Amino acid sequence: MGEWWTTATGDASMDQQSTSYSRFNAILGFVSSGAYEISSISHVTMSPSRQNNLESLQLSFKNSYNLLTVFCTDDNIPQCISYINQELSSLGLSSFMELRSAGAAGLSAVPALNAAFELLQIHRRTMATLEELEKEHYKRSSTLDHMQMSNSRLRDQLELSIREKSGLHETERQLQLKIKTLQSCLKTEKDEVQKLHSIVASRASQYNHDAKRKERESAKLKERLSQLLVDRRDRKLAIDVLNCIGRADGKRSHWKTAKVTASHEGQMFKSMLRDYEASQRSLMLENGELKKVLQQMKKEMVHIVSPRQAPCRGAGTDDSKEALDSDGEEKTGDSSKEILDRSCDPAREELTNSIRQQWRKVRSHMEKLDHQVKNQVESNKEVIPRETHEDEMERMRREVQQCKEFIHTQQQLLQQQLNGSFDDETAELLSDCYTLEEKERLKEEWRLFEEQKRNFERERNYFTEAAIRLGREKKAFEEDRASWLKSQFLNMTPFANRSRCSSTDGYSALSIRSEPETRASSAKSQLSKSLNYTSFSTAKPAPAQSTMVPSTAELNRAFYLIPDSSSSGCLNRVRRQEASSTLEDDKGVMAKNGVYNGDLSIFSLETDQSSLT
Amino acid sequence: MNFSEVFKQSNQLCKVSPDGKYLATCVQYRLVVRDVITLQILNLYTCLDQISHMEWSSDSQFILCAMYKRGLVQVWSLEQPDWHCKIDEGSIGLVASRWSPDGRHILNTTEFHLRITVWSLCTKAVSYIKNPKACHKGIDFSRDGCYMALAERRDCKDYVCVFVCDDWHLLRHFETETQDLVGLEWSPNGCVLAVWDSCLEYKVLLYSLDGRLLFTYSAYEWSLGVKSVAWSPSSQFLAIGSYDEKVRILNHITWKKIAQFEHPAVITTTKVVVYKEMEKRSAAGNEELSLHNLTMDSTLFGNQSKYEILPSPVQMPVVRPDPDRPNPKIGVSTLAFSSDSRYLATKNDNIASVIWVWNMEKMSLEAVLEQMSAVRCFQWDPRCPRLAICTGNTNIYLWTPTGCVSVQVPSDDGGFQVHSLMWHCHGDPLILLGKDQLCLCYINTGNEDK
Repeated sequence: MGEWWTTATGDASMDQQSTSYSRFNAILGFVSSGAYEISSISHVTMSPSRQNNLESLQLSFKNSYNLLTVFCTDDNIPQCISYINQELSSLGLSSFMELRSAGAAGLSAVPALNAAFELLQIHRRTMATLEELEKEHYKRSSTLDHMQMSNSRLRDQLELSIREKSGLHETERQLQLKIKTLQSCLKTEKDEVQKLHSIVASRASQYNHDAKRKERESAKLKERLSQLLVDRRDRKLAIDVLNCIGRADGKRSHWKTAKVTASHEGQMFKSMLRDYEASQRSLMLENGELKKVLQQMKKEMVHIVSPRQAPCRGAGTDDSKEALDSDGEEKTGDSSKEILDRSCDPAREELTNSIRQQWRKVRSHMEKLDHQVKNQVESNKEVIPRETHEDEMERMRREVQQCKEFIHTQQQLLQQQLNGSFDDETAELLSDCYTLEEKERLKEEWRLFEEQKRNFERERNYFTEAAIRLGREKKAFEEDRASWLKSQFLNMTPFANRSRCSSTDGYSALSIRSEPETRASSAKSQLSKSLNYTSFSTAKPAPAQSTMVPSTAELNRAFYLIPDSSSSGCLNRVRRQEASSTLEDDKGVMAKNGVYNGDLSIFSLETDQSSLT
Repeated sequence: MNFSEVFKQSNQLCKVSPDGKYLATCVQYRLVVRDVITLQILNLYTCLDQISHMEWSSDSQFILCAMYKRGLVQVWSLEQPDWHCKIDEGSIGLVASRWSPDGRHILNTTEFHLRITVWSLCTKAVSYIKNPKACHKGIDFSRDGCYMALAERRDCKDYVCVFVCDDWHLLRHFETETQDLVGLEWSPNGCVLAVWDSCLEYKVLLYSLDGRLLFTYSAYEWSLGVKSVAWSPSSQFLAIGSYDEKVRILNHITWKKIAQFEHPAVITTTKVVVYKEMEKRSAAGNEELSLHNLTMDSTLFGNQSKYEILPSPVQMPVVRPDPDRPNPKIGVSTLAFSSDSRYLATKNDNIASVIWVWNMEKMSLEAVLEQMSAVRCFQWDPRCPRLAICTGNTNIYLWTPTGCVSVQVPSDDGGFQVHSLMWHCHGDPLILLGKDQLCLCYINTGNEDK
C-alpha cells in the first residue's frame, strides 16, 4: 500500500498523508477499543486507501494546471485554442474562444473570461459535490465499520449460543439415557416386587395349607390321645372329696330339661333387654337434655330478636311483619314445651324447623344491624344530640372533680388525725399493751402464789391439828400411864383384886393384854401413828417441804405434758409409744421398726417430710 | 405410709380373698392364710408338692392350689380346716386350673389343650369341654358370673361357645370371622363379647350375648395388629392397643372409633405434665443431711429417687426393636382403666420405662411418668384414681391426679425389690411382691385421715 501511495502522490501529498494516517489511527483506536481480533483490521484498512484515491485526483488536477502553462506557447496558440474549444464543447459550454483578429497572438478576452468563469463555476460545483460525497463516504464507511463490528459480535454470540445449544443437547441426551436406564431399573424392580409378592402369597398359602394340615393332624392326634386315655380308664383320674359341699346359693341343682334350657334363653334375652333398656334410657336422657338446650337456645334467640325489633316497628312494614311473625313463633315456642315430652317425629321436625327459622331471622337481623351500623358510619349521624352529650360530659367532669376534692379533704383530715394522735396516744397504747401483758403475767403469778399460800396454810392447819391431836393423845397416854402406875401401885397394895376388875372394865383394849405385849403394842401404835403421819405428809407436802414445792412447769415436764425445747423428738417419742402400744395389741406381728423412714419424695410434699418423720 | 413386716412367698403366689379379709400366700408346698388386718396366721395347709397356681373361690371359702407338674389340684376350706379335696388329672396332664364363678366347680385345662374338665365339688360330677383353643385368653367369665365364653378351634376354624355357668348348658355356639383368634373378653356389663384376632391381622369383633355380630373393627391392614384390649369399667369404652404404638378407643353405641391416642417419642404440648424420676442426690444441704442421716441409715445403699417435672419438649428414651426377632418389643402392650373409668394408663413397649396416663373425659394425654428403668407392673387402686407402679427396684411409685410420689420400701437387708404389686380390693394395703418375699404397704395411715 505504501508503494501505491508513493507512486500516486509526490512529496507535496505527505502532509495530507499524515492527516489521513492520524485519521486511520483514530479508526484503529476505535477498532481496538471495540476489542476485536486483528484479522478484522484488514477490512478496516480499505477505507483510507479510497480516500487517498480521491485526494490523488485533486493532486493530479493541480499537476495538470502546471502542465497547462507549458501546454500553450506562443507558437501553438491556435492549436491550443482549438483544443480548448473542443474540450469546452465536450464539457457542453457554449462560449468558444477565438483568436483575436487584430493581433496574431491575442485572444478575444470576453469568451475566454466567460469560459474561465464557467470553468471556475464548474470546478466549484464539482468541489462541493466532491466534499459531499466524501462526507457521505465517511459516514458510510463508519456505518459499515459499525455493521461489521456488530456483525462479528453477533457471529461470536451465535457461535457461543450454538456451543451452548450443543452442550444442552448433550446433557439432554445424557438425561434421556439416564431416564431410560432408570425406567428399565424400575421395570425390573417392579417385576421383582411382583415376583416377591407372588412368592410371598404362594408361601403364605403354602404355609396356611401346611398349618391347616398340621392343625388337622394335631387335632387327630389329640382325638386319638384322648381316646386312648379314655380307653385306658385312667385310674388316677379321680376326685377325692371328704364330703360334698352345698351350692353357694343353698339350692339343689336342677335336672337338665327343655324347660331349663328355655329358661336359660329367657334369662339371656332378659339380660340383653335390660342392657338395651338401660342404654335406651341413657340415650333418652341425653336426647332430652339436648332438646332442652335447643329450646333454651331458641327462647334466647327469640328474646334477642324481639325487643330490638320493637322500636323499629314504626320504621318499615317489613319489620312489623317480622315482629308479628316472631310473636307467632313465641306462641309456638310455648306450645313446644309440651312437645318436649312427646318425642315423635313431627314434634322433632317442628322444633328443628322453628329453630331454623329463628336462626334465619337472627342472621338477617344481624345483617340488617350491620348494614345500619355501616350506614351510620357513612352518614356520620349521631344518635344523641351533641349538646346533651356535652352537657352530660360536663356534669360528669364536675362530679368527678367534687369527688376528688372530697377524697382529698378526707385524706387530709385523716392525716392530721393520725399525726396528732400517733406520738403520745399510740405510745401510750403500746405501753398499755405491755403493762397489760405484764399485769396479766403478774396476776397469774400472784394467783399461783396465792394458791401455794393457801396450800401452805392448809398444810399448816393439818399440822397444827395433828400436833394438837398428838398432844391430846400424849396427854391421854400420860393419864393412862398414870392410871396404870396407879393401878400397879394399887396392885401391890392389898386391895389389888378389887380394883383390877374395875380397871379391866373401865379401860381400853390395850390394857387387856399382858404387860410386855401392851408395852410393845403401845410403842407400835405410836410408831404406826408416826408412820401414818409421815405418809400423810408426803402425799400433802409438809410445811417443811412446802418451801421446796416444784414449779408447775417442772411438774408438767416431768409428766411429759409440755414439750421440751426439742418438741418434735418428744412428740415422736410419744407417738412411737402409742404406735408400739397399738402394735403390741396386734400381737406384735405388725411391729415394724422405724415405722416409716422419711423418703417420701413428693416435690409438693417435701416440706412436710420432717413432720411425717 | 407404713410398711408391714416382710413375709416369705414363692412363685409370686399371693392373693387376697374376694371379701378382703384374708391373705393367702404360698411358700413352696405350704399354703398360709393370714388375717389381712392383724397379719396373724389363721391356717396353714400343706400340699403334696410345690404349688404353681393358687386361687380363692368367689365366696372366700375355699382355696385352690394347683400343682401342674403332678397334674394335681388340692382344695382347702377355710371354715373347716379338716375338709380336703384332691383332684388328680392323671396322665393327661394339667396346664391351667381355675374356679368357676360360683365357687363350686373347678375347670382344669389338660395338657395340649385336649379338653377342659369341669369338676363339681357339690356332686363330684365331671364333665368335659372338648377342643378348647390354646390361646392367650381363650376363656372369660362375665362379671356377674352367669356366662362363660370359651374359644374353640375345630376344623381349622374359630368358634366361640357361650356356656351358662349355672349348669354348664351350652347357650350359644358360633363361628367367628377370625384367622386365628387369640383373645376374648366380656364387657363389664356382660352384654358384649369382644373377640380379637392374632397380631398378624388387625381385627376386633364385637358380639352380643346371643352371638350376633355387632361390629367389626379394623384400623389398618398388613402390618402387625392388635396387642392388647381392655374394657373400661363402665363398659363405655373399648381400648385397643396395637403394634403401631397407638391406642384406639371405641364407643359403646356406634362402636366407631372416637379417639386415637398416639405415643410420640417427643412430647411438645405444654398441657401434659411430664414427671421424670431422678436419682436423689445425697449431697443435700448440711442441715437436711444431718436430719436424714438418722432415718436413712438403713436405706443408704438403696438408690432413692424423686420426681421432677420437665418442661416441654421432652424426648422419650425410645428403643428400636430388633426386626429379626419375633414378637418385637414395640406397641402398646398394657392398658388399664382406673376404677372410675376416668383415666387410662398405657405402656408402650419400645418406650418401656414410661407410663402414659390419659384423661378419658378430655380424651387427651394427662401425664407422662418416665422411670429410670423399665416398668414391670402397674395397677389402679380399685377405689380411687391412684396408680401404683413398680420397676423391679426397691421403690414403688404412686400417681394421683394431684401429683406423683416415689417411696423406697424399707427392709432390713436393704434390698426389697418390688417385682409385682396388687391392691387390696378395698383399696388400702398395697401388696408388694418381691422375688421370694412380700410386704404390705399401708398408704392411708391414721394421721392422714385426720
